Amino acid sequence: MKSFGFAAGVAATFMLLSSTSAFAVTQISWWHAMTGANAEVVDKISKDFNASQSDYELVPVFKGTYPETLNAGIAAYRAGQAPDIMQVFDVGTGVMMAAEGAIKPAADVLTSAGMTFDKSQYLPGIVGYYSKPDGTMLSFPYNSSSPILYYNKDIFKKAGLDVDSPPKTWNEVWEDAKKIKASGAAACGYTSTWLTWIHLENFAAWNDVSWATQQNGLAGGDVELKINAPIFVNHFQALADLAKDGTFKYGGRTSEAKQIFLAGECGIMTESSGGLGDIVKSGMNYGIGQLPYDSDAKGAPQNTTPGGASLWVFADKSDEEYKGVAAFFAYLSKTEVQEYLHQKSGYLPVTLAAYEATKKSGFYDKNVGRETPILQMTGKAPTDNSKGVRLPNLPQVRDIQNEEFEKMLAGQQTAQQALDNAVTRGNAAIKEALGN
Amino acid sequence: MTPRVVFPNKILPYLLVAPQLAITLVFFYWPAGQAFYQSMLRQDPFGLRTKFVWFANFRKVLADPAYLNSIKVTVVFSLATAIVAMCVALLLAVMAEKVVRGKGLYRTLLIWPYAVAPAIAGMLWLFLFNPSIGSLAYMLRSFGIAWDPLLNGTHAMILLVSAAAWKQISYNFLFFVAGLQAVPKALIEAAAMDGAGETKRFWTIVFPLLAPTTFFLLVVNTVYALFDTFGIVHAVTGGGPGKTTETLVYKVYNDGFVNLILGDSAAQSVILMVIVISLTAIQFRYVERKVHYG
Repeated sequence: MKSFGFAAGVAATFMLLSSTSAFAVTQISWWHAMTGANAEVVDKISKDFNASQSDYELVPVFKGTYPETLNAGIAAYRAGQAPDIMQVFDVGTGVMMAAEGAIKPAADVLTSAGMTFDKSQYLPGIVGYYSKPDGTMLSFPYNSSSPILYYNKDIFKKAGLDVDSPPKTWNEVWEDAKKIKASGAAACGYTSTWLTWIHLENFAAWNDVSWATQQNGLAGGDVELKINAPIFVNHFQALADLAKDGTFKYGGRTSEAKQIFLAGECGIMTESSGGLGDIVKSGMNYGIGQLPYDSDAKGAPQNTTPGGASLWVFADKSDEEYKGVAAFFAYLSKTEVQEYLHQKSGYLPVTLAAYEATKKSGFYDKNVGRETPILQMTGKAPTDNSKGVRLPNLPQVRDIQNEEFEKMLAGQQTAQQALDNAVTRGNAAIKEALGN
Repeated sequence: MTPRVVFPNKILPYLLVAPQLAITLVFFYWPAGQAFYQSMLRQDPFGLRTKFVWFANFRKVLADPAYLNSIKVTVVFSLATAIVAMCVALLLAVMAEKVVRGKGLYRTLLIWPYAVAPAIAGMLWLFLFNPSIGSLAYMLRSFGIAWDPLLNGTHAMILLVSAAAWKQISYNFLFFVAGLQAVPKALIEAAAMDGAGETKRFWTIVFPLLAPTTFFLLVVNTVYALFDTFGIVHAVTGGGPGKTTETLVYKVYNDGFVNLILGDSAAQSVILMVIVISLTAIQFRYVERKVHYG
């Protein structure tokens, strides 16, 4: 065994040396955070890209969860060992944007490789989110999702509700949830994953109200949170009231509530469209509706903001490597690649052509509800309130919001107090982060 | 007066301790020095902009109500864990002493949990007490207890203490069993002949004689609860609900690796280092002297 290990080591060293010098194939490293079916997609796309040309070799490396991947990338950059491409989740976008010297804008990568970058080919809501205020696209959108409403048709039937008409507004959700609970069809009426992402960030965009000043932080500068406006307070007070008798059940800060829904404990749930796979796998008799809106909001429903992740390119790499990255991005934009990505993983396609092609193929007729997240995101041209949210320290601000929500749901404070505290503490944290 | 061992060669002794010194330098002094330096910097995550701020990070951390809350949480958690782990272990050790048949089997089973990794212990308890899928949570609910560690801070703390203490019981059990065996049988028999009941014998003879073991375990358990429970906190509560279970060690991780505020996080770890050094000093000064290992 020992000698085998030694031989393998020699062979590996030789191969490494030869691949960099003799064959002149440029290796492009890609750190990602995809697991399960989504990891298979990454591997297949990489393999196909490598087979499609002979100048570059794309090497995907799994680096753990989203936050772990981001931390690994930051640590590697500090040690001078950064990868070429890194997948960063939506929440980390602000962190990456603040690191101007560490990254190379995706648009620059493409144009300096002699390619033209036509923005109009891409879904506007997604590209807008990953661009600077002046319109330069900083990162390449890879996987995007949007929150939608799922409901359990068996529970709906038992509660005497119409199985073909999911609630459209939040008031309807509350009413249906109460009916589910009162009729004994399920132990709880409604639950939700990601309260911060769905009930604050997307709630604001979908109802066309401001989440924070400076276009929710997209315009940069001093940002102040606006989430203690009456529309948010009313919404969260309704949630807190429903939580008292268990009509609304809290699952946790991220996607834990999906388990409660899958166990048949709650009749309705709001979750990311990326969570569809697990629900299909469970064999549940489910239905999909669009994200509910507030009936008091004038512009609702507006459009939702993208979640998911995008690909960032690190600075200070060789021209050859940048050319390889550009070739990969061009390959990734191809209609058939996007179609495959969208249909296999459940994430949204990034180009309009891939969306049209999927539509034409009859995929949405066979898979009802798969089009909902796209329609939500692209239905209307985004306003200043609905292009997305961006902060240099969004993970920290979300933590603060979650802490205040938990205190509110435990009955220790009202919605007004919770949101006032979230604004005060959040603003202080943002100021602190900008002072760096 | 113990005889002094003198090496004939002046360099040899240094060579002999060199490997240990090298390891200490690389794995302790170097990172400790870096943490100290980092604690006086304000830096963005990528290290692109750095400002030297002297002790501003320490001032900020110590004035932060969240940090003070975290100290309170840590004290409650550590003491509760140490006390629960020790009381249960002592009870089990005394009981295991009384078992006539199958003593070895009982002991082995009781020592078993010590081999479980903290994160796995955390997951185990999390599943048992998960409000929606946990079997023990279901039982609690059927007794009319509104069990909800996701929103109720007290419940979350109880869950955390149970998981942390459960893992430490085995270790304490071992020491108490050894301690009990060192109690002279003659004393107990004499007391029995004088008419002292079992309870009386335990509290007047056995317990005082176990005092050195108990004190040693108190220090060890406190240090364990303070620094060795990150995996359990991370797996069970993640510091929530609110900040009711955010211990000092967990806050270092959260501020450094989740919120990416490196200066604050480094300052906190320097404070933790000071705490560890003082606890170790206390242990050497008082515990080593009083515990008789004969």
